[in-house]
Amino acid sequence: MNFSRTLKPIVAVGVLIVIASLATRSEVRGQGRGNQPPASARAAAPFDPTGYWSSLITQNWRLRMVPPGKGDYIGIPISAAGKRAADGWDQAKDEAAGNQCRPYGAPGLMNLPTHLRIAWQDDNTLRVDTDYGTQTRLLHFGSWTRPEPRKRSWQGNSIAVWASRRGGRGGPPSARYLRITTTDLLSGYLRKNGVPYGENASLLEYVDLFKEPGGAALIVWTAVVDDPVNLETPYIISSQFKKQPDGSAWDPTPCSAGW
Amino acid sequence: MWPRLSAAIVVVAATSALVLAQALPNPDGIDLSGSWAARNFTDAIGNMPGGGPRPVDYMGIPLNDIGRAWSLVYSQSQMSEPGRICDYYAPSYIAIGPMGLRIWPESELVTGYTTAWMIGGWADFVPITMWMDRRPHPSQYAAHDKSGFTTGVWEDDVLVTYTTHMEASMIRRNGVPSSDRATMTARFSRHDDVLTITARIDDPIYLTEPYYLTRSFALSRTPLNPATHPCTVTNEGVDAERVPHYKPGQNPFVGELTELYGIPQDAVLGGAETALPEFRKRIKDKYVRPSKCVSVPVSTCGGPGTYPPID
Repeated sequence: MNFSRTLKPIVAVGVLIVIASLATRSEVRGQGRGNQPPASARAAAPFDPTGYWSSLITQNWRLRMVPPGKGDYIGIPISAAGKRAADGWDQAKDEAAGNQCRPYGAPGLMNLPTHLRIAWQDDNTLRVDTDYGTQTRLLHFGSWTRPEPRKRSWQGNSIAVWASRRGGRGGPPSARYLRITTTDLLSGYLRKNGVPYGENASLLEYVDLFKEPGGAALIVWTAVVDDPVNLETPYIISSQFKKQPDGSAWDPTPCSAGW
Repeated sequence: MWPRLSAAIVVVAATSALVLAQALPNPDGIDLSGSWAARNFTDAIGNMPGGGPRPVDYMGIPLNDIGRAWSLVYSQSQMSEPGRICDYYAPSYIAIGPMGLRIWPESELVTGYTTAWMIGGWADFVPITMWMDRRPHPSQYAAHDKSGFTTGVWEDDVLVTYTTHMEASMIRRNGVPSSDRATMTARFSRHDDVLTITARIDDPIYLTEPYYLTRSFALSRTPLNPATHPCTVTNEGVDAERVPHYKPGQNPFVGELTELYGIPQDAVLGGAETALPEFRKRIKDKYVRPSKCVSVPVSTCGGPGTYPPID
């Protein structure tokens, strides 16, 4: 009896320590998750992507900055079927058919030598314009649903989220990145020499923004294009964009099949 | 008395053990460990296995006049010299080489704290140690070597590393130099099972501004061996007393890209402006598009089988 009476307070203190410790740990883990969901994608943005950006063509220069020769497939995991189609590419036919914009579809667009102008069209739609080929991509957040009937286009329909690197919704909100899934594409080219992707290609994109010394910033835009018909393996490619102080370099040019 | 005291000690010890066990925090950041297969599409020319890019292809590199002059002196035959055969292999090889990566943490076993992230799995280079324990970089006068000295921090779940103390090396595998004052900031950004590394190379000797490069990798179930051997100096029978080089104005490859690919000279020789979209205006009327792929050997035109799927 005495033994039990002596131990009771000790056990009680021990239990309290464990409970308090668990509570503290739970609070640390839950930081940033217990708040109400933000009202809009713009309000929840972990970084500010808006403004003017310039691509930095420091890699694959002769394949991107100038249109390469027919049959130059280095850097693309082209399949036999894709090669057959690309070998039959005819620039004049594209021009005659009004298909000059085929190399400017979403799967290849961000890897081209372009400036970007990024702005919020509304609280849940991020608009990305390119001056090269004067294309517009609309990145829809929230509960947006694609219009019916389904309509294909060069830029398709894009759904965007601020995604966690930890899977699910874990991690601090500041650590999120932009994840874009695009469907409803018209078939187009991954390169300006006719390397094709089909209508059923899938496009998944990851966008990071890195702050640099002196107020500079860099966007790194990684795309994963999967097209089992025209590609042997997913085509993973990243493009870099440097923040510009203003739009003075913005220079809209129309789509061109040959330049 | 003793039984009571013993019982009390047991309860307190068990309680403390419980508290300690559940209170240990997870290591910082996210898990980067695994074997990452190189997907060399972003820089198919620069990361090309074998010899790498063609001579005198400096397009997109922010070279200054000294960097350009030093690049033009370079002869690929230098790689046969015992003293230069390992010149590629500074930590910047992570950005310019073709290899996949094996990444793993070195953990302190009692606390689980990540002391360093390691990168291995590539040929000719010992694993890189990226210290995470906030140790300072050595004095600027400390020895520079092939490994350099790298520290890392997590910034919003992106591993950001900073490398100093690299020996003079290259930033493109055709002789574009980096000095022993060059530094590299690398960002390891994981999304799902795709890893993108963004490298920024600063070099006050040879560059006018930072040089940015990216590479992408896909997580693979086929393990890369982390215990790769370092570059080994061998005798390829060249005269060790002579450094193969080209005298100023005499590099025979200066016109090669113009002849093969129709690319104007002012682009071939690089400079910061060549990386910008507006540079296209300067060369629009000079560029002559090849009618077909003219790369030599023809296998460097790519095609089916060039990039096998990964497991």
